[in-house]
Amino acid sequence: MAARRSIVATPAAWLVWGVVAAFFVMLAGVIGSVVVSSVGTQWFDTWLPTGWTTRWYAQSWDEFTLLPVLIVTLEVSALVVGISVLIGVPAAYVLARRSFPGRRLLYLLFLLPILMPPITYGIPLATVLYKYGFAGNLSGVVLANLVPSVPFVILTMTPFIEQIDPAVERAARMCGANTRQVFVRILTPLLVPGILAASILVLVRTVGMFELTFLTAGPDSQTLVVALYYSMSAAGIRAQQSIDAMAVIYTSMMLVLLVLALRFVNPTQLVARVRDEGD
Amino acid sequence: MVALRHRLAERGIDRQLLLLIPAAVFVLLLFIYPFLYGVGLSFQPVEGGALGAYREFFTDAYLRDTIGTTLQLSLPAALLNVLASVPIAYRMRGRFRGKRLLTTVLVVPITLGTVLTAQGLLNFLGPTGWFNRTLLSTGLADAPVRLTNNYWGVFFSLVITGFPFAFLLVLSYLSGIDPSLERAAATLGAGRWQRFRRITLPLLAPGLATTFCLTFVLAFSVFPSAVLVGDPSGTTRVMSIAAYDAAYVRYDYPLASAVAVLMGLVELIVIGAVLGWRALLYTGSTAGGKG
Repeated sequence: MAARRSIVATPAAWLVWGVVAAFFVMLAGVIGSVVVSSVGTQWFDTWLPTGWTTRWYAQSWDEFTLLPVLIVTLEVSALVVGISVLIGVPAAYVLARRSFPGRRLLYLLFLLPILMPPITYGIPLATVLYKYGFAGNLSGVVLANLVPSVPFVILTMTPFIEQIDPAVERAARMCGANTRQVFVRILTPLLVPGILAASILVLVRTVGMFELTFLTAGPDSQTLVVALYYSMSAAGIRAQQSIDAMAVIYTSMMLVLLVLALRFVNPTQLVARVRDEGD
Repeated sequence: MVALRHRLAERGIDRQLLLLIPAAVFVLLLFIYPFLYGVGLSFQPVEGGALGAYREFFTDAYLRDTIGTTLQLSLPAALLNVLASVPIAYRMRGRFRGKRLLTTVLVVPITLGTVLTAQGLLNFLGPTGWFNRTLLSTGLADAPVRLTNNYWGVFFSLVITGFPFAFLLVLSYLSGIDPSLERAAATLGAGRWQRFRRITLPLLAPGLATTFCLTFVLAFSVFPSAVLVGDPSGTTRVMSIAAYDAAYVRYDYPLASAVAVLMGLVELIVIGAVLGWRALLYTGSTAGGKG
């Protein structure tokens, strides 16, 4: 109740909501203009296109061979999510709970790939992957995308783990559970929200990850973002509208992923476990 | 054998640490090794001795200036994203009608991707776009305002892609702070501003530092949007474009590695400053009472 009243009252609140509204207007303009353009025939110097059509969608579907691109995108992201959770969660657990010599160094090591721009390690990584024959196909793209994903899982999981009371684990151990049992029976169920949240973030990041895929993908292993970039930077060859149509397809796919994700995860639980009870 | 294991266990080394091995191997093979390989490569240019590539970078103004260009774009964008997120997230952590919808809508731009953002900005802010059309028809401007294919186009795309990310992180950190701490302060007579300044902000500061770093990295590595909505040969020629150019247009891998190394260095200096400051702050539970 208190929060709702304050929205009406303070000028600061009005300012905040004003900024939010301005952001929404801009966002609506950006998204709207692409959507309108993707279903318009010709649009030059008017408020709206002169006619409406859906042929750009059909055209971009065929022209860009979207189906294989979509399949590659899904394969890459599923693999990246699966592997990074498997590697990342146990490591996050040890890093959150234990103190041992070299812990800080190791933590820094895991932080670095997130804190570095993808291009800085992407270029040498691509060179190394080409040297060993990984780049230019699916495995190279997956390996490259794992580099920021595993640390990302570790980073998002650590606060979730820190907030589980260690007494629960100690109790389980007192009752004779070993590490594996503690993991499977105690921690995993408690960590499901965190694991889901981390997976979804990794998924969204991987589908949207441009640089690493761009540097390591071959013609048959491009994900949707990279295919889009190529079609847009080669402007003039293709109709503007069919690129718009493709961008709309990409965004709808991401939106479906996100809406699905939000059904399972409260977005405010991504970093900390929240008690969302009423006052 | 048992005695040794006990002694090691006392120092925190036991079999549980084996859980770290996959992650450690992974980061060594896919991050450290390629990175060192790149550093090594940067000291082996075709000509000019070991430091030739670096000398080329710093003597060529076209390359050298990319450092400034990148920082001028990424620092203000990251700062704006984090600072704008705080009051909005602060308003949104309570319970109110439509909260879930509002959060969802704010998060939507994460799904946009650089290409749709770029296309949208070109369409919307371009000379014949809706934005300029509105300005012209309401008489706020005489000529179309140039907001694309220059600094502003890239800046806006950084805000659109970075803000939702920053907001989401800040909102999560804020929601993790137990509201009863603030209520306790309120019963002791603290005003709204005092409660924010003395209770919430200190607890939130480490989260803000992390958020700033992550948004800064996003903005710092801007590549596709600098090409698509920017002016890639001039005012938005950022370091990543220079690195890409060197590697895939000129096939000068030593120079590309040198640019990448310098890019990492510049960025780590900024991050190091922020995280160093974070280390001085409180870390631990933000939940009150028994947590």
